[in-house]
Amino acid sequence: MRRLPTWLLLAAASSYAFLYLPLIIVVAYSFNDSRLNAEWVGFTLDWYRVLLHDEEMLLAARNSLLIALVSSGAATLLGTLAGLGMHRWRPAWLPLLVITPVAMPEILLGVSLLVFFIQVLHLTLGFLSVVLAHITFSIGFVAIVVRARLAGMDESIFEAARDLGATPWQTFRLVTFPLILPAVVAGFLMAFTLSLDDFVITFFTAGVGVSTLPLQIYSMIKIAVTPEVNAVSTLLMLLTLVLVIAASRMDKGFMRGAG
Amino acid sequence: MPLLEIRRVTRRFGDFTAVDDVSFAVEPGEFFTLLGPSGCGKTTLLRMIAGFDLPDAGQILLDGRDLADTPAERRPVHTVFQNFALFPHLSVARNVAFPLRMAGLGEGEVKRRTADALDMVHLGELAEHYPHEISGGQKQRVALARGLVNRPRLLLLDEPLGALDLKLREEMQLELIKLQREVGITFVFVTHAQNEALALSHRIAVMNAGRVEQLDEPSRIYGFPVNRFVADFIGNCNLLEAEVRAVEADGLRLSVAGLGEVRAPAAEGCQTGERGLLALRPEQVQVAAEADPAWANRFPGQVRDFLYVGDVTTYQVRLDNGYTLQALLPNAAPGRARFHETGDRVMVGWSAQAGHYVREA
Repeated sequence: MRRLPTWLLLAAASSYAFLYLPLIIVVAYSFNDSRLNAEWVGFTLDWYRVLLHDEEMLLAARNSLLIALVSSGAATLLGTLAGLGMHRWRPAWLPLLVITPVAMPEILLGVSLLVFFIQVLHLTLGFLSVVLAHITFSIGFVAIVVRARLAGMDESIFEAARDLGATPWQTFRLVTFPLILPAVVAGFLMAFTLSLDDFVITFFTAGVGVSTLPLQIYSMIKIAVTPEVNAVSTLLMLLTLVLVIAASRMDKGFMRGAG
Repeated sequence: MPLLEIRRVTRRFGDFTAVDDVSFAVEPGEFFTLLGPSGCGKTTLLRMIAGFDLPDAGQILLDGRDLADTPAERRPVHTVFQNFALFPHLSVARNVAFPLRMAGLGEGEVKRRTADALDMVHLGELAEHYPHEISGGQKQRVALARGLVNRPRLLLLDEPLGALDLKLREEMQLELIKLQREVGITFVFVTHAQNEALALSHRIAVMNAGRVEQLDEPSRIYGFPVNRFVADFIGNCNLLEAEVRAVEADGLRLSVAGLGEVRAPAAEGCQTGERGLLALRPEQVQVAAEADPAWANRFPGQVRDFLYVGDVTTYQVRLDNGYTLQALLPNAAPGRARFHETGDRVMVGWSAQAGHYVREA
C-alpha cells in the first residue's frame, strides 16, 4: 500500500483529536478522585457510587430508557411500514413526508411539537408528549434503513414466493420480513439511541412532568460540571457506542442508509 | 384437450402492445419454447401464464379452465426464474421444501419429497448449504428442484440458462431434456437463444413484435421458415430476392436478380410471377475450385473472407453480381488438401433440392 503523506496523517490525527479528546477527558475525570475538574488526583469509582444513590438521576435514567424503548418500538413499526410502502408503491410524496423530520432543525421541530401538543391536542406535557415527539423524529431513520435494504434485493424472490404457493401474508412472514429483519433491528437500535440522547426536542416537550438523562445532566451543569456529571455522561456514551456498533453490525447498508 | 391454451391474448403497456392477439395450445408432456428477440413479448406472455400479470384481452386456460380469477399462488404452475430467485435466508433444502410447506403437506412427506427432488438434481449433499455458498450451476439445479418438487401441471422457465457460462449451459441443456423426460411435466421455456430452442424443444413458437410468426417443430422451423424474420432469426441464412418464373413438377424455376435462373424445391401455394425469397442455409452451399456436375445451381465468385472455427469453416464468397453468400464447409471432409484463401477464385453451388422458397405477402 502507498504511504499517505505526513501532512495528511497530521491533519487526520488533529481532526480526530478535536472530535474525541473532549470525550476522553470527560471519561478520565469521571474516575478522578477530586471534586474539581482541574487536576488529576487519583483513581476512584466514588462518582459512580454517588450516581447509584442519586434518586433524581436514577428516575431520569429510568424515564430515558422507558421513553427510548416505547418510542423506538413504535417508530420501528411505523418506519418499517413506511419503508415497505415507499419501496412497494414508490409514491413521490411519501419519502418527502417521512424524511423531512430527519432533516428539519431540531429546535423547529421542538417548538412546533410544543405548540401542537398544547394548543391543538391540549395535552399535559409529560411522558406521553415526549414519547410522541421521539416517535416523530425516529420514523424517518427506520424508514430509510428499511428502504435501503429492500432496494438492494432482487424483486423476483417475492414473485417466486407467490409463484410457489405463498399467499401475500405468507410471502411477507416467510420471505420479506426475515430478509428485512436486520434493517428493522438496525433501525430500532438507531431510534433507541436517538431517543436516549435527544436533548432539544425533549427539552421543549417534557414540561415539568418528566425528566430524562440529558435534561438531568443539563440541569446539573447549570450549577457546575461535577464529576458525577462526568460519570453519567460516560455511561451514556458507553451505551450509545454499544448501540451504534450493534446497529452497524446488524445491517451492512446501515451506515450508508442513515447517513 | 390441450393442457394450456392461449386464446387471443393481448397485453398493452400504454401505447406499446407487448403481446398482440396471440393464440396457441400446449399439449401435455410437451417441451414447448417461446423464442424471440428481447422485447418480442415472450416474457410478458410467461408472466401472464404464471399469474404475475393479466391479459387486457383474451383467455388463458389450463386444463380447459380459465385462469383469470386464479391468483399466482393458487395456479398449479411454477416458474424457474432467470436469476434463479432462491430465498437467500433459507438453506437449499428449505428452498426446495418451500412449495411443499405452502401446500400444507405433513413434515414427513415434505422431508421425503425434498430429499427425492434434491437427489433428482444430484444435490443431496448440499442440502444444508445456503444459496450464497453454491455455484451458478448448482443454484440452477436448486431452482429446478424447487419448481418441480410439488409436481406442478406446468413448469415455466424464463431464460433459465442465460446466467450460466457456455460450457455449463450445454451441460444443463442435456440435463433439462433428461429431467423433463423423467418427470413428464409440461415445460414452457422462454429464450432468445435459437440454438437452445432448437436443441431442447418439441415445438417452438417464434415470436416477434408481440405476435407468433411461426409455430412448429425445430427441424421445420429451421428447414422451412415461413417468412423473412424466421429465416433470418433462426440460424444463419442466405436470403436471395427471387421471382417465380415457372412452377414445374420437379421444383421451381426462380429468377434471382443479377444471377439468372436458380432451381429450388417446390413450395406450397406458389404461383408463377410472384416475388419471394430463397432461403439458403450456409451448409447447403458448396465451395470448390471446380464446379461439381451434381450442382444444379452454380456461380463463379471470389473468397472475401473465411472464419475457421475448428469443426467447420465459414466462407464469405462474393458472386460476380455483387451478392455475398455464406457457405459452411465441414473440416472433416475427406480429401481436403487445402483451404480456399481470401482472394481465390472459386465456384459456389447447390443442388436443386437445397434451399427453401419463402413467399412474401
